[in-house]
Amino acid sequence: MTFKRRSAIPGFGLTLGLTLLWLSLIVLIPLTALVLRAATGGWAHFIETAFSERAIAAYRVSFGTALIAAAVNAVFGLLVAFVLVRYRFPGQRLLSALVDLPFALPTAVAGIALTAIYADTGWVGKLLAPYGIRLAYEPQGIVIALIFIGLPFIVRTVEPVLADLGVEAEEAAATLGASRWRTFRSVVLPEILPALITGFALAFARGVGEYGSVIFIAGNMPFKSEIAPLLIVTSLEEFDYAGATGIAIVMLLASLAALLLINWVQHRERVRRGL
Amino acid sequence: MTRASPLDAPLWLKSSLILIVLAYIAVVILLPLAAVFSEAFASGLPAWIEAISEPDAQAAIKLTLLVAVIAVPLNCVFGVVASWAVAKHDFPGKALLVSLIDLPFSVSPVVSGLVYVLLFGAGGWLGPWLQEHDIQIIFALPGIVLATIFVTFPFVARELIPLMQSQGRDEEEAALSLGATGWQTFRKVTLPNIRWGLLYGVLLTNARAMGEFGAVSVVSGHIRGETNTMPLHIELLYNDYNLAAAFAVASLLAGLALVTLVLKTALEWRHGDAIASRGH
Repeated sequence: MTFKRRSAIPGFGLTLGLTLLWLSLIVLIPLTALVLRAATGGWAHFIETAFSERAIAAYRVSFGTALIAAAVNAVFGLLVAFVLVRYRFPGQRLLSALVDLPFALPTAVAGIALTAIYADTGWVGKLLAPYGIRLAYEPQGIVIALIFIGLPFIVRTVEPVLADLGVEAEEAAATLGASRWRTFRSVVLPEILPALITGFALAFARGVGEYGSVIFIAGNMPFKSEIAPLLIVTSLEEFDYAGATGIAIVMLLASLAALLLINWVQHRERVRRGL
Repeated sequence: MTRASPLDAPLWLKSSLILIVLAYIAVVILLPLAAVFSEAFASGLPAWIEAISEPDAQAAIKLTLLVAVIAVPLNCVFGVVASWAVAKHDFPGKALLVSLIDLPFSVSPVVSGLVYVLLFGAGGWLGPWLQEHDIQIIFALPGIVLATIFVTFPFVARELIPLMQSQGRDEEEAALSLGATGWQTFRKVTLPNIRWGLLYGVLLTNARAMGEFGAVSVVSGHIRGETNTMPLHIELLYNDYNLAAAFAVASLLAGLALVTLVLKTALEWRHGDAIASRGH
């Protein structure tokens, strides 16, 4: 390793010290306390609480619905990003601003609004009820909430990469006789795939942990439409700290896995681009 | 694009793609937004005013504002300090530090609240000591503030770090070599360079701080009129089948979200270069 020139800008010790102190107090110590708490109960006890039948059913609901919602958004989010970058049409800026609404709208507000729409008496629920289609108070309702929550993650991750992508390679492909779809598939898609995977992982991770927008519309039936974060809250309300901790550890590991995947994808991408 | 390109899509393709996107945004985004306001004013304006002016709602509004007034500035200062350390200096472990700062984004809000209950709650590690000294953190304001700081932790730093990195260190170094102190350099050189990015970060922090539900729900104890923030008050009204009042309070938060979006969009239009380094 070569010697790096030391930065001439002062305040390094002070700002790094404060950063580490604040980070430790707010994030690291509390998270460590969670892990230690699980560890002090013993391995067997942890397995028993974190993988009880009800907990496993809750993970299945949480991970399954988050996966479906992220997949739906991967398709439509990519389309939204593509249209925003490549086409010009009236109302485009308004559309672009609206994509960020799920970031700004409190989750509880989204939750009750979605429930109002998709319940049997709601604007959409009313139309579907005669055909026997129920969306609210069913696992499908969770997917609807997570689609709302996850959309901006995909659009905002893919959009800048798509904008940076020159049209030259596509033009070359088109000139050489590739069809429109083939050009997209073989020229555009490989370039934006890392961003798409990153956005997908972000939306998925957020969806797995999401609480506020989901609990109103989910119905919250154990083994059917009960999400893992709700099971943590229920355990806490019953003063079952060990149960809450065990499930929290599993969810923490899942989010760390998603984080690692994102970092790995981005690292590979940087290496590929020679940065 | 003005010149003709072999990529120019035929009109039918272009307009159907745009229509699909418009329909998707209308159903996914616009419909819930419209539902909030339509339900909020379904019983008329007087009912709406009554719902947001009853004492418990007022207490919830005040608590939400108070929490934001404490949590947002703290995270704002932290964000600037952390970005200064990360962007203006080189040190080993920098990437790890940035990942750790980002960590709260990927933790479930419920888990964010839980960690403080395990530390400060009655059955938590510091619980007995706190009880002895008559200090209440969980089910009280300090717990709500802590949980809010946790969930909004990365917003400002995440906005500023890439911005300050892309601006480099030349200007600061020039000021320092001309005899400015470190503090003067920060105030006169760095701060004007990052002010729009900082405002952007503060805007996002505030929106999340006022709207946080899961984390705050775990630590608040839901004491009506005392530890209920606006989102928690909405849940309480909703579970009481008082839908009109729930949506009235929700419409205030939806209004805040719209104001946030308008300001954010305005910042992106007018100062796009000064807030985003993403393209680099």
